[in-house]
Amino acid sequence: MTDFEPNIVGFLCNWCSYAGADLAGTSRLRYPPNMKAIRVMCSGRVDPAFILDALKKGADGVLVAGCHPGDCHYQSGNFKTNRRLKLLKKLLSELGIEPERVRFEYISASEGNKFASVVTEFVDELKKMGPNPFYHSSPKSTQ
Amino acid sequence: MEKQKKAHEATKIKKLHVALYWAASCGGCEIAVLDIDEKLLDVVNAVDIVFWPVAIDIKYKDVEAMDTHSIDVCFFNGAIRNSEQEHLAKLLREKSKLMVSFGACSVSGGIPGLANMSDKEQIFDTVYLDNPSTENHEKTTPKPSVAVKEGELRIPTFYDMVKSLDQVVDVDYYLPGCPPPPWLIIDAIDAIVQGHLPPKGSVLAPLKAVCDECRYEKSEKKISKIKRIYELNPIEQKCFLEQGVICMGPATRAGCRGRCMEGNMPCTGCGGLLPHSLDQGASMISGLASILGIEGEEGRDDKDVDALLEQVRDVVGTFYKYTLPVSLLNRKVMK
Repeated sequence: MTDFEPNIVGFLCNWCSYAGADLAGTSRLRYPPNMKAIRVMCSGRVDPAFILDALKKGADGVLVAGCHPGDCHYQSGNFKTNRRLKLLKKLLSELGIEPERVRFEYISASEGNKFASVVTEFVDELKKMGPNPFYHSSPKSTQ
Repeated sequence: MEKQKKAHEATKIKKLHVALYWAASCGGCEIAVLDIDEKLLDVVNAVDIVFWPVAIDIKYKDVEAMDTHSIDVCFFNGAIRNSEQEHLAKLLREKSKLMVSFGACSVSGGIPGLANMSDKEQIFDTVYLDNPSTENHEKTTPKPSVAVKEGELRIPTFYDMVKSLDQVVDVDYYLPGCPPPPWLIIDAIDAIVQGHLPPKGSVLAPLKAVCDECRYEKSEKKISKIKRIYELNPIEQKCFLEQGVICMGPATRAGCRGRCMEGNMPCTGCGGLLPHSLDQGASMISGLASILGIEGEEGRDDKDVDALLEQVRDVVGTFYKYTLPVSLLNRKVMK
């Protein structure tokens, strides 16, 4: 699986993480191009169904990034997301999907470096994990 | 008098031809039809039942001999889990003008749908081989066909996956619930008999969530401990979620008038998805995670949050009790 390039969907919050990703770009930091960024107003906007839908449609990993605790523009969005994703990961492991395919990170607007290293690390982890088993499961299971 | 007689004759001619069938279900939906009590007499006046394996003796070949669209409406309950059920679903679809998906199993897979956490092999192993009360030295499991000296014997093929009715055939209307409550059945029959039907694909139930029909008092929700129903003593007259018990009400379609809550039990979600919800379990995971919380979470270790969520046991069985086959990830990944 050395030539496997994971497909990552990234939900980035408008106030911190998207700006952090922007900073990584303007600072010309190098990181793998595997993540497709989707800007959301708050990480709390990310419905667990969006993540399940991304996995269903073939994403190998989903990154959700929001403001640091206490920094949320809407007070508590990031705390709710933290709890939601922990619960969602329990669901994924019951369904036979590695919970590590979903990752939640706190990335502030000044942390371009952290953004680049999170994406790099996540891509490496997913390369080791291999393709999304739900999307690539044998056709036998649909009969 | 003459006029009345004529009118009576006219209605007699127009009697609707109705078929009822059960696939992977418990049989409760068949009983639910009788729950409409005295209204049954009106129904009998308005319809002719042409096929109903549980009550009348008509064979599959008689249905096969019927003309296309000769059945006005088919109420189909139960999920699809073997080849016989799939065959009947397709046959009844061809013969019926209207196909009504009746009950949670047919609408969204229901409790039989939880079998999507296993595959055929695992199910057969548990039922026929590894069961402590079973002695099966020859390791016999059902095979679709077997040769005996009299010829070939055949039984339906058991599938690896449970499907809802609409994953197999085109469905016109949905009547959710486990089983559908009598008032929804009556409304549906009235609408069909009078021809006042909503657009195709409609769910014949209210657009609201169960909470809207629940009698319990609701206020600000914030819980830090999840309880099982037996831990509530006494049960207070307020929202189950506020008392710490997981209740699927907020993510479940209404129509039941909160019958379970009337009986002091939380909602388990048989009404299925709310309109515009992509996934019932995901909706409830989102809702429950929002109201779960600990004091001073900002300064707390993430481990405290883990411990809080550790209290939620059996995620699939709690949040997808009736909708696993129609959820976004409709089954467990089998290695």
